[in-house]
Amino acid sequence: MTDDQPAPRAEARITLRLNGEPTRVTFAAYKTLLEVLREDLGLPGTKHGCELGECGACAVLIDGQPVLSCLVLGVECDGRAVTTVEGLTRDGRLDALQEAFADLGGAQCGYCTPGILLTARALLDRVGTPTREQIREALSGNLCRCTGYQQIFEAVEAAIQGAPESGNVVNRRIRIVSDGKRGGDRLRADGASASAAEARRDPDRAEARAPGALKNVEARHE
Amino acid sequence: MSKQHNAVIGVPRRRVDGRAKVTGQTRFADDLVLPRMLYCKLLRSSVPHARIARLDVSRARACPGVHLVLTGADLPIPYGILPVSQDEHPLCIDRVRFVGDPVAAVVARDDLAATEALDLIDVEYEPLRTIADPLESLAYPEPRIHDYGDEGNVHKKVSLAFGDVEAALAGADRVFEDVFFFQGNTHLPIEQHASLATKDPDGKLVIWSSTQTPHYLHRALAKALDLPPAHIRVVAAPNGGGFGGKSDPFNHEVVVAKAALMLDRPVKICLTREEVFYCHRGRHPVLMKFRTGVKHDGTLTGVHLQTLLDGGAYGSYGVASTFYTGALQTVTYHIPAYHFQGCRTFTNKPPCGPKRGHGTPQSRFGQEVQLDKIAEALHLDPADLRLRIVEQPDTLTANYLRVGTIGLAECIRRVVAASDWTNKHRKLGRGRGVGLACSSYLSGAGLPIYWNDMPHSGVQLKLDRSGGVTAFCGATEIGQGSDDVLVACVAEVLGVEPFDIRAVTGDTDLTPVDLGSYSSRVTLMMGNAAIQAAERARDLLAQAVSRKLDVPVTRLVFAGRRVFDAEAPDKGMTFQEAVCAAEAAFGTIGTVGSYTPPTSAAKFKGGGVGPSPTYSYTAAVVEVEVDETTGWVTVPRVWIGHDIGRALNPTLVRGQVEGSVYMGLGEALMEEQAFRRLPARLSGALVHKFPSILEYKSLTSLDMPEVFTELIEHPDPAGPFGAKEVGQGPLLPIMPALANAVYDAVGVRIDEVPVTPDKILKALEAVREGKPGRYGPASFPDIAWPEPLRVPPPWEGGDGRAVNDTSRRKKPAAAGADKETVVRS
Repeated sequence: MTDDQPAPRAEARITLRLNGEPTRVTFAAYKTLLEVLREDLGLPGTKHGCELGECGACAVLIDGQPVLSCLVLGVECDGRAVTTVEGLTRDGRLDALQEAFADLGGAQCGYCTPGILLTARALLDRVGTPTREQIREALSGNLCRCTGYQQIFEAVEAAIQGAPESGNVVNRRIRIVSDGKRGGDRLRADGASASAAEARRDPDRAEARAPGALKNVEARHE
Repeated sequence: MSKQHNAVIGVPRRRVDGRAKVTGQTRFADDLVLPRMLYCKLLRSSVPHARIARLDVSRARACPGVHLVLTGADLPIPYGILPVSQDEHPLCIDRVRFVGDPVAAVVARDDLAATEALDLIDVEYEPLRTIADPLESLAYPEPRIHDYGDEGNVHKKVSLAFGDVEAALAGADRVFEDVFFFQGNTHLPIEQHASLATKDPDGKLVIWSSTQTPHYLHRALAKALDLPPAHIRVVAAPNGGGFGGKSDPFNHEVVVAKAALMLDRPVKICLTREEVFYCHRGRHPVLMKFRTGVKHDGTLTGVHLQTLLDGGAYGSYGVASTFYTGALQTVTYHIPAYHFQGCRTFTNKPPCGPKRGHGTPQSRFGQEVQLDKIAEALHLDPADLRLRIVEQPDTLTANYLRVGTIGLAECIRRVVAASDWTNKHRKLGRGRGVGLACSSYLSGAGLPIYWNDMPHSGVQLKLDRSGGVTAFCGATEIGQGSDDVLVACVAEVLGVEPFDIRAVTGDTDLTPVDLGSYSSRVTLMMGNAAIQAAERARDLLAQAVSRKLDVPVTRLVFAGRRVFDAEAPDKGMTFQEAVCAAEAAFGTIGTVGSYTPPTSAAKFKGGGVGPSPTYSYTAAVVEVEVDETTGWVTVPRVWIGHDIGRALNPTLVRGQVEGSVYMGLGEALMEEQAFRRLPARLSGALVHKFPSILEYKSLTSLDMPEVFTELIEHPDPAGPFGAKEVGQGPLLPIMPALANAVYDAVGVRIDEVPVTPDKILKALEAVREGKPGRYGPASFPDIAWPEPLRVPPPWEGGDGRAVNDTSRRKKPAAAGADKETVVRS
């Protein structure tokens, strides 16, 4: 253990347009844009999942183009315009993509979300009304382990025409088969196997399901 | 109180933490920064199995910018998630057991200085024989990877016999015998594990960590650091994906906690992606053999299942995983006689543990592929066969699991109809096919990890004159929507909006204990505790309002942020006024709710794995296109029906179903945690084949099929508002459904996961050579199984106890009396 300070590392200083605001920052010259954003500019909204350009979590926009900030050096960004997830919100309003992702299940754990939002923003800015295939293609470098992508595609599509009204969204693809009654299948119509099934019934459990015992549950449902 | 239509439950809604996630404001562990924070890096073993002959950290200690170097000697107390497997040390003491096992830790002024100092640590290893797979574990009892376990390099062997399986097979019209292999795979959460520890101003330890189980981490830290648990605060930061991979207490968590205490400064660690592959705790590779007896009509007479698990270098959840490979077969289909034998071995690879489905997907794959073969041999439609054998509701199974509601038949009928199964199966022509499979899963483990008789989940509510409600619970938000379930249950009962409620979760100082986000337990257990706490608060408010308005409590309705008379809705007050009335009448308002699962009917040793308050059911149809020249499999569509009981927030439920389909397809088609030996000139070490996201293949947005989700709602009395689990069950049928679809498309059986192009090509080649069109393991090894615990099934007069377990059956007469009670009650 020592109190000696290590040899000083070369420092870099750049000026960039960060989320629309002129910004000056000094940092260790070896750092990637990802590290400069998170560690020197106090913007942890940009995430990292590999720091090797494999997962897409760190995507930001440089001059409107999506790039992986773990593969860009901070010193390369002098004079550039950089947009991070923190910059998607403008004038106190969420971006249409942000509204749609929040409403439609586009974000589960939320870790890949910033990178996907920025990649999708670039797509919408470039194409306007992308097809499902164009959305798939554009997002193919952004890995998501939670959603299975489908709700992400739908959220991007919902953002094309402007944000859906918050909290008032009908999920078109969910089909719920519900009778509101307690479940159970009675499959065996013939007497023999039905009584065999009956013989296996757990008496404790069946009793717990007597109509009286169900009252509380039903009250909650109706 | 009067009945009201649900305002929150069942309505597709923005999750309560949705805004934070889309604005990048969710603070994950590595996003946290404290003044004077230092950085930690771990030196990991470069060899798979060795004694540490010499470890010299003096050069690293002298390195500028380095504040502390820790070795195993600084942390001598072992820990582990299961009480029976306390086999891990934060830093290896005298032995390394896999490439990636941590040997020393450096704490320095920044990440780079810590990394550079790792190179200055001198380690000499004395290599030991490397145990690469379970067959080697069985063949080489020495050198032992651990000095505990059943024998040699066998960690655990279990044998459970429910009825006479050999007689059941002898009484069958046909007996099918198949061997399958399920390759290991890993969780691959996009968030790399991170932890930040510090001494709080009072001098107590605080740690923020990417953990799914803050309560278990709390216990492990108290043990490993020898501190009173009351002096440790564990805060589970929202997890950037968990899937089971952040359920163990980890060495890096203990290390930064120790360093923070020693230095009295905040210390942070964030693992690299490569290190996340070494943390692992993922899917066990499992070799398995099914012997199944069937009647001509498809009825099962008995099943004999043997599993052999590759456990990796440590115990982790492995004993539970072993039992889980044999626990749930009976919950899905009626099996009158069942014999399960499981064996977990130690190998010199990263430890395996719980991944989504924990131990059950491997044998689910085997069973569902075998059922497909049985259906074909009996000239039955695979869906019809399953409909004939689906387990019945309100059943006590052969292995004493209490099954409540079952929506599986409805799930099967729905996916069959939606996919147009009858017009597709065996009818799509060469190269295209459909496959069907089913599954069931726990809605929460019936027993905790360590024995205790306290609740599994606790919820506290604080209400005050502001009209605000705060809900406290130890449950952990890992992306699944745990905070949303908590808030939704409370909002529904109190008749307020989710936005009116603040959730405080996963903090051992602030929140009552919840056991954690594993075993699909949170919705059911926390949800029930939340409803109880909210109903108690509602009752207090109702009493106060009743007095004030002179309306009987039974007529009061809580809805629309108001409390009012059901018969005269204008007569009422705002929710805030109701809280004020209650605070005036009763003093400070706080309520609690608890949930403890029902006791298990299984009284035999090992019967603690499998019981659950209720089980979810799933059926899936996967469609494939197989290119016979390349072996490439394309999946255009998947139909999936899930017995959810009740969808609390259908938007989130659908996300869990589709996310499960996605992860299941990854396991089915490409994901594998594989290892290779370096050539002899490079030490011959056993190393991870590809510890990177680029090489560990997973589905991208281009690979994801269209998924058609059907949610079957039959509210289950055990669940909150009738809800069952959805986070894990829907993954289970995907792998076998895909393998069955490949068979439908090109007529070859891939009895192994993942189903990769090379395996398909080899099987097609075999067909051309006149051999059976199959790729998969040839045989299951001979294992010296212990004498089985014999547990007669309920229909043979059993009482849930083993008849030959002398340690548990000391008084036969008393046991006989119990038996009568069970039958009569």
